[in-house]
Amino acid sequence: MSEAAAAHAHDEHHHEGGFVSTYLFSLDHKMIGKQFLLLSLFMMIIGGLLALMVRWQLAYPEQPVPGLAWVPEPYLYDGIIPPETYNMLFTMHATIMIFFVVIPILVGAFGNFLIPLMIGTKDMAFPILNMLSFWIAAFAGGLLISSFFVEGGAAAGGWTAYAPLSAAEVYTGVGLGQDLWIISLVVLGISSMMGSINYITTIINMRAPGMTMFRLPLVVWSLFITAILLLLALPELTAAMAMLLFDRRFGTAFFLPEHGGEPILWQHLFWFFGHPEVYILILPGMGIASEILSVFSRKPIFGYRAMAMAMIAIAFLGWVVWGHHMFQSGMNPTMGMAFMTTTMVIAVPSAIKTFNWLGTLWGGNIHFTTPMLHALAFVSMFVIGGLSGIYMAATPVDIFIHDTYFIVGHIHYVVFGGSIFAIFGGIAYWFPKMYGRMMNETLGKIHFFGTLLFFNITFFPMHIIGIGGHMRRIYNPEQYEFLEPLLHWNEIMTIGSIGLGIFQIVFAVNFFWSMFAGEKATQNPWHANTLEWEAPTPPPHGNFLVTPTVYRGPYEYSVPGEKEDWLPQARPGSGVAAAH
Amino acid sequence: MMARSANTAVAHDLAIEEERLHLRVVEPQDGGPPHPPAAPPVSNTRVAIAMFLVAESMFFAGLVGAYLVFRVGSVVWPPAGLPALPLTVTWINTVFLFFSGVAVVSGLRGIRRGDQRALRRRLLLTAALGAVFVSVQGWEWAGLVHHGLTLSSGPYGGTFYLLIGTHAAHVLGAMGWVLWVTAAAQRGRYSVENHDGVEMCAVYWIYVCALWGLLFGLVYH
Ligand code: HEM
Ligand SMILES: [Cu+2]
Repeated sequence: MSEAAAAHAHDEHHHEGGFVSTYLFSLDHKMIGKQFLLLSLFMMIIGGLLALMVRWQLAYPEQPVPGLAWVPEPYLYDGIIPPETYNMLFTMHATIMIFFVVIPILVGAFGNFLIPLMIGTKDMAFPILNMLSFWIAAFAGGLLISSFFVEGGAAAGGWTAYAPLSAAEVYTGVGLGQDLWIISLVVLGISSMMGSINYITTIINMRAPGMTMFRLPLVVWSLFITAILLLLALPELTAAMAMLLFDRRFGTAFFLPEHGGEPILWQHLFWFFGHPEVYILILPGMGIASEILSVFSRKPIFGYRAMAMAMIAIAFLGWVVWGHHMFQSGMNPTMGMAFMTTTMVIAVPSAIKTFNWLGTLWGGNIHFTTPMLHALAFVSMFVIGGLSGIYMAATPVDIFIHDTYFIVGHIHYVVFGGSIFAIFGGIAYWFPKMYGRMMNETLGKIHFFGTLLFFNITFFPMHIIGIGGHMRRIYNPEQYEFLEPLLHWNEIMTIGSIGLGIFQIVFAVNFFWSMFAGEKATQNPWHANTLEWEAPTPPPHGNFLVTPTVYRGPYEYSVPGEKEDWLPQARPGSGVAAAH
Repeated sequence: MMARSANTAVAHDLAIEEERLHLRVVEPQDGGPPHPPAAPPVSNTRVAIAMFLVAESMFFAGLVGAYLVFRVGSVVWPPAGLPALPLTVTWINTVFLFFSGVAVVSGLRGIRRGDQRALRRRLLLTAALGAVFVSVQGWEWAGLVHHGLTLSSGPYGGTFYLLIGTHAAHVLGAMGWVLWVTAAAQRGRYSVENHDGVEMCAVYWIYVCALWGLLFGLVYH
């Protein structure tokens, strides 16, 4: 493998290479990153449309979805969503968004594109493994999508696949679809394992001369820790998935109580993976936001070491909090107390990071570019999501709001408000390096403000109706008398979600238009310090003509005595700035 | 989907060609070419295999955790009416697997001395002992099924077959790897200086053997 890597890195004739080896089965980490990006953005469209259908049903229960009268039975009945399809919609929405959008963009796209460039090396340690990891992920995506078209439809037991719903066909009427869901996620896990091994090896072994661990940009730190979490968490999920598949197909009864199984065991196995998983969803976003905030405040990141240490702390604590998803499962109150405490403790590193971001902004020379706006939104929305998390972490509160829309609100403030804003910010920020052109700022800002506004209209009221007792995952809220005073919120949120969807078209237009016709990017358009900006724009195969040498940490902005307000990591020491 | 990305990639490659002429070469200005990074203390392949074993361990940790939940939560184990697991045969089988581990280490020692013949023979012995192990297990399973222990015999049967079966699948996979390395050794692929491939394979084999020790202790006792 490493021989192939070496031979490959020296391949001067890459650009005359065939279409297949250049664009399909490319071994170049940058191309693989872009493949992940396009695949995930495509999946995001599907996941988004499913969400709009969920929203439609909640606001206008059992009224035909406009424009969908053509969808055949039993999926829709003249455009009306039946309960079975509704379950399928929210299950597949969450599965797609979590496993095929947020993780593959943050880890697959940004991880691949950024790690070698930012640590100053030519490529990943194992390029062939890298290429395979993309195609295996694409195959997993195909499997998942195909499950819509099999008899009984796609999985409908929620993204958490709680047993016994997921463990036997009788409960949801879903047969092969649930099996494909399981297999797809196991296959995706294999892809993630390959990617993680690659990232960890690359970061440990292939940093440019002078690039010590504590000179790594925070986004690389975050991807490193994410890779470790993925490597530890996904195999454990795979074990649980194998057991679930055996229950469904081979007659075992691990999770089926009627034959001596333990449905609660599934919850433990799932959330032992699941909580590290939610940090997998947010850590790279935190890394991206750190890069952007520092660059556009023209200030060093506040508390670099504390930032890295906070991420390490999260990586450890993330393993001992899973029970906070199960306060209502009949858990021993002492255990509940323990999980409540650990959950409160894990909020501390997140708070440290938040204060450090604010410290970075304080007194900075702030440039409100599109990436910066997204990073600012990331911080603000993440604070809302983090705070709602603290409420839910308190058992007495959670017993009341568990399984209500409050939880759905929390999820979306951290994953959309956090991760997705970071993704949009990261795309705008690194687009010049990826495609050699700038994204359009005007369109970028229109997209940003529209998204921020409609995001809040869509998701903020969820807290209100959640406290009011509106359950999550219910088919028709009009069936419950006590929900009547809350129903108008459902309509407002649905209108918000339609607005949110419309503004994403602006992003799509900007993305593809800029790719071909955007303004040509210079090598370092943002005057940033990190190594990716030392490579030509866009970087050729092999990235750097000469391996850069690193002289300092990544955030030396506005160093007193320097004539420019940035001091790249690879610029030999001027003597003035003895940093880190 | 892919066609679209391919188009953009074409555009992007044209841009590369154009900009190639204006590349800014990144060179330290304090004279001399930058020294190549020193070889890392632990090679890429070793880091990778270590990470792979970590992942494997988490996978088995999931299965073992589930097993323990059932076992600790049961009053009688094995449950009434279900056969106990055959201990004597499995002890003997464990000895076979132990010696396969000895054989693979001996093969590795062989190539460290440059002894190609020892390498090939010991690797073949390793795979053969692995085959014996899996066959004996298959025979044992046939007996258990005959006595009424199947996948559907509640958590006792389910965890037994899933846990031990998954391990057996790992032995089969590791055997495939050993045979593959043996074939490469036949072609003279390894030498005293370069036998990373043998080493990685041996590490994996020993991991699978050690894992058996753990499972045997937990599940059969
Ligand atoms: C400040 C830190 C956080 C705390 C204290 C916290 C706390 C919690 C608690 C207690 C629950 C369970 C509520 C229930 O089901 O009754 C929960 C659910 C959830 N959290 Fe967080 N959380 C935090 C941050 C995050 C982050 C950063 C993410 C992801 C990026 C996240 C994603 C989720 C998701 C997806 C669920 C719902 C899972 C489901 O039932 O479908 N959380 N959180
Ligand atoms: Cu959690």
